[in-house]
Amino acid sequence: MILQALTSTTAVAIAQRRAGLADAGIRSGRARMLLLRNTLALRTSNALAFLTGFVEPVLFLVAFGYGVGALIGDVSDGEQSVSYAAFIAPALLAASAMNGAIYDSTFNVYFKMHFQRVYQAMMSTSLGPLDVALGEIGWAMIRGASYAVGFLVVATLFGLTTTWWSLLLIPAAMLIAFAFAAIGMSLTSLMTSFQQLNWLQFWMLPLFLFSGTFYPITAYPDWLQVIVQATPLWQGIAMTRSLAFGVIDMALMGHVLYFMVIGALGLLATTRRLNALFLR
Amino acid sequence: MDVAFPPGRHGWLCPVIWARDLTKSYATKTSGDVLAVDSIDLEVGPGESFGILGANGAGKSTTMRMIGATLQRTSGELTILGHDPQHEGPLIRAHLGVVPQQDTLDTDLTVRENIYVYGRYFGLSRAELQPRVDDLLDFAQLQDKRDAKVDSLSGGMKRRLTIARSLVNEPSLLLLDEPTTGLDPQARHLLWDRLFRLRETGVTLVLTTHYMDEAEQLCERLVVMDAGRIVAEGSPAHLIRTHAGREVVEVRFGAQRSNEVVPHLAGIGQRTEVLPDRILLYTEAGEADLHEIVARGLTPTTALVRRASLEDVFLRLTGRTLVDE
Ligand SMILES: Nc1ncnc2c1ncn2[C@@H]1O[C@H](COP(=O)(O)OP(=O)(O)OP(=O)(O)O)[C@@H](O)[C@H]1O
Ligand SMILES: [Mg+2]
Repeated sequence: MILQALTSTTAVAIAQRRAGLADAGIRSGRARMLLLRNTLALRTSNALAFLTGFVEPVLFLVAFGYGVGALIGDVSDGEQSVSYAAFIAPALLAASAMNGAIYDSTFNVYFKMHFQRVYQAMMSTSLGPLDVALGEIGWAMIRGASYAVGFLVVATLFGLTTTWWSLLLIPAAMLIAFAFAAIGMSLTSLMTSFQQLNWLQFWMLPLFLFSGTFYPITAYPDWLQVIVQATPLWQGIAMTRSLAFGVIDMALMGHVLYFMVIGALGLLATTRRLNALFLR
Repeated sequence: MDVAFPPGRHGWLCPVIWARDLTKSYATKTSGDVLAVDSIDLEVGPGESFGILGANGAGKSTTMRMIGATLQRTSGELTILGHDPQHEGPLIRAHLGVVPQQDTLDTDLTVRENIYVYGRYFGLSRAELQPRVDDLLDFAQLQDKRDAKVDSLSGGMKRRLTIARSLVNEPSLLLLDEPTTGLDPQARHLLWDRLFRLRETGVTLVLTTHYMDEAEQLCERLVVMDAGRIVAEGSPAHLIRTHAGREVVEVRFGAQRSNEVVPHLAGIGQRTEVLPDRILLYTEAGEADLHEIVARGLTPTTALVRRASLEDVFLRLTGRTLVDE
């Protein structure tokens, strides 16, 4: 009987193997099937949006790093002094991980949720809401990672990478993407119209411009610095910058922890909301 | 978890669906709690084909979604294949094939990928799925559309694809919510043919429909739902016999005359139903009654004698026609 359940491959036998587990009601352990689905879908629909994410930070790097950078000269961030291009490069990387994750987890997820009814279909199979949340967020992480790899190659060609710590920018970009995708998806699952999504999008530009992307936040009064430091993009930029400059310290651990916590909260909220939307 | 059943009326040891006082009320912001399913009992045995007949808003889809373990009941008991959907949703869904009222086909994928990826959601392996997807494409007669995008399919093709997709996990219970609504007669007959074949393989079918001919064709047993309640249950023939009689005389007198004529029809047939556009007389002997009408000098503009159908049962039980006219 047990042996049969282990070797048999019917859908029921597969579900039975997990039936006793604590999370059996919300997770089947097949979040990767969403990656399969999204990869197949990429061929036909979102390829261009995916590419934009590669190109955008490179354009910013050239225009600001070398155009504006020629006027500015070097930037001093505490003890180190670096070229302006090297100063903004890690920030652009963090921002592109954020943008890709937000785009995926807001507009794409909303469309799948309400128009394509993709999640309805998934949840009429033995997949659970946690699979769907993990799958979509995992997809955003892959996107973040691929942007990071692409951008790192470009940055290296421009001679902007100076330390092996830079390689850690790839997992860092994934962590940023994880947290933004988890928060983005949980907010999207609460929304009932495209207008509300536009509001979310509305906050992205100020976040991008004022999170210390193009200048150190020491330009702000103290109280504003505290507020900015609490926002996720600043946390991401502080993390990528310290990796790019090889500054490995407790603050870096703090950023990592920050993203793990808000990512986990977003994941939890998304799972509960998907359950309420599709299994209630 | 196995559940011991109180001996049911139908005597199945392990009914596929077993519901007692099953109730669902939706909490809405605008109109308070909406009681969509109101304390219904259901019992469906293995291999049966079972129908739920009802007008718009009767609660058919709500019932189907509770059975499909994607909607939680408000109260009552529900067991699907011996499992409680409240606690074992994914396990139950692994047994099921679901054809929802509105298609949920993945428009980013091709026809073939729709079936394949759906099978992967159940955890089936690529090697196992490849021949099965091919068989299902044959079954749905979509082999030549295999690499087409879903958007390019006709309504009937989409419905066939949805049915094919619902079979990818070899379900023992297939839930079809209005499988043929919106299809032309030819497409409906093609679908019926596929469903007949499935029935022969022992799959339990539960379907909802507005169409009495569909219910008569496909269902061995059915319930009639009205406003969230079950108002009748039995085989199509049994329901017609008990609620409608043998024959129906349909006469039209034109909108103005209709009401004047009604009193003059007294004594003809067993029961009279006055609709806005026509009068129905339920009777055992239609021809004789029609002669009597003419003999009384009531000269209808059109007259028709036909066998009683489920449509009449529905009208009798709910005071409404099945398909909104
Ligand atoms: N998600 C929901 N929220 C609130 N009310 C709902 C919801 N879904 C259905 N209802 C209400 O529940 C009742 C039953 O709806 P249901 O969809 O089950 O009917 P149905 O028999 O399938 O109708 P149809 O033939 O139109 O498909 C209706 O009054 C409907 O307005
Ligand atoms: Mg319905």
